[in-house]
Amino acid sequence: MQGPLIDTLARQGVTRRAFMKYCATLASMMALPPAAGRAMAEAMAAVPAASRRPSVIWLPFQECTGCTESITRSHSPSIEGLIFDAISLDYQETLMAAAGHQAEEALHNAMKENAGKYLLIIDGSIPLGLDGAYSCIAGKSNLESLKEAAAGAAAIVAMGSCAAYGGIPKANPNPTGAVSVSDIIKDKPIINIPGCPPIPVVMTGVLAHFLTFGSLPEMDSKGRPKAFYGETIHDRCYRRPFYDQGKFAHTFDDEGARNGWCLFELGCKGPVTYNACATVKWNAGTSWPVESGHGCLGCSEPDFWDGGGFYKALSMPADPLKMGAAAAAVGAAAGVALSFANRGKKSAAKSAHETTTLADLEK
Amino acid sequence: MNDMQFLTWVRGTGLDIAVGIFVLGVLWRLIEIYSLGRKMDLSPPREAAGASGWHTIFRRSVPPPGMVKRSPVSYIGGYTFHIGLAIVVFLFAPHILLIKDLTGLSWPALPSQFIDLVTVITMAAMVVVLADRINKPVKRYLSTFGDWFTWTLTFLPLLTGWLAVQHLLLPYTWMLALHILSVELLLIFLPFTKLFHAFTVFGSRWYIGKINGHRGVPV
Repeated sequence: MQGPLIDTLARQGVTRRAFMKYCATLASMMALPPAAGRAMAEAMAAVPAASRRPSVIWLPFQECTGCTESITRSHSPSIEGLIFDAISLDYQETLMAAAGHQAEEALHNAMKENAGKYLLIIDGSIPLGLDGAYSCIAGKSNLESLKEAAAGAAAIVAMGSCAAYGGIPKANPNPTGAVSVSDIIKDKPIINIPGCPPIPVVMTGVLAHFLTFGSLPEMDSKGRPKAFYGETIHDRCYRRPFYDQGKFAHTFDDEGARNGWCLFELGCKGPVTYNACATVKWNAGTSWPVESGHGCLGCSEPDFWDGGGFYKALSMPADPLKMGAAAAAVGAAAGVALSFANRGKKSAAKSAHETTTLADLEK
Repeated sequence: MNDMQFLTWVRGTGLDIAVGIFVLGVLWRLIEIYSLGRKMDLSPPREAAGASGWHTIFRRSVPPPGMVKRSPVSYIGGYTFHIGLAIVVFLFAPHILLIKDLTGLSWPALPSQFIDLVTVITMAAMVVVLADRINKPVKRYLSTFGDWFTWTLTFLPLLTGWLAVQHLLLPYTWMLALHILSVELLLIFLPFTKLFHAFTVFGSRWYIGKINGHRGVPV
């Protein structure tokens, strides 16, 4: 890429107006002040030639590449995808042409040249079992690679639920001893962008914020950008009125399902899931899981695989109750035993009863 | 433990323990109480209109003449919060789902806004009866730890449930988990406190009505 980003965008048919609109939308989605849109546009448009673009290193650990698929496919070739032109993505196994030693070289060069300044993106969890042998790249365990890359990073983005919270690999019984990035790295700013996969605009929004302000956006208690994870799916769901009216789909093909009623009974985890799906939607705003008739799985929350099943309503038991029958037997036995004890006491009192006569009282 | 792990625990292991203790306690106490029995009354029964166990069950659900005026808070407040509790517990859609999952029984739900309103009224009624209990010297004198404790056990699920729905104080996931936990505490203590009247009230009324009915006294 030659010259500032704005020129590149212009060559690709993106007008200045469209670019400004995009920046303003992004800023408003992130609940930033109106002036931030302009600041973002200026910061990104002014990004100069290749050598000075901020370096981004993307390391994949125990992951399925779904996060990369999500980012690269869903909005491409929209303006959103072009935000990647504002950065220098120096290492991304799926996207890069290099392989083997060349790829490793690119990684180490980027880490060396941009020490202390690069943004590190991690997708996938880090296995600690068997000294990290479950997942290795270039003869190094993920744990070693993470520590090495994190040392020189300005900030770390934990991309997807696996990097943010452990995700599927950490699901019970967690055979590989998988942990999240924040379980290991304690001395760097980390932002979590959970989701399985995460929404692309959340990713680009965080990148734009980093490019513009040189820092990570405001986060919630789980390390997620508040702007995108500030409200639950349930609260922003277009099917919410049906929940309030008590209109539910009972199966996936009943009248309620056809009428688009609430999916709570079918296990929707929308009430406890913080994400932007209900407002931002997927595939360039085409649809999202609930709109397509399936409840929310809660994929942007920690341990969503161990939440008692995707098709169980939140108010239902997470596991089958096991103690009920035994408790009933013990309770009944205790009741019967006590009733015998009570009867025994009663008859003992009866037999110990002494009749008091008038003569006794006159003694 | 994060919020989702806490929620999953109260929906899983916690619920299992609570329901287990509840079932154990209820069966134990019911069997113990009803097996105590009563001595056979060998006297010939006296007939009197309205004197029977069944009559007493219904009669005692209605305030005696003049009592509502004399003790309005006890009667109106008491009715309001008992009826309110029944509506909130048994006619809110997520609660019906739980009952359906545990017993297989289900029925239509009421709109959640209506449940919300009833919850507020129920909580208000409970606060009023509590204030009355504190204010009236006789009631205060008669109250034991068990009374304050059971009031709290009953109030907490209402409060946490309402706070969860209204998104107040804590994030929804935490509040929902606390709500379920408070219900579990209620389940655990119900068989062993005055709250057991939920199971014994009609039985004891029947006993009293039957005994007095035998003597020809409609009470």
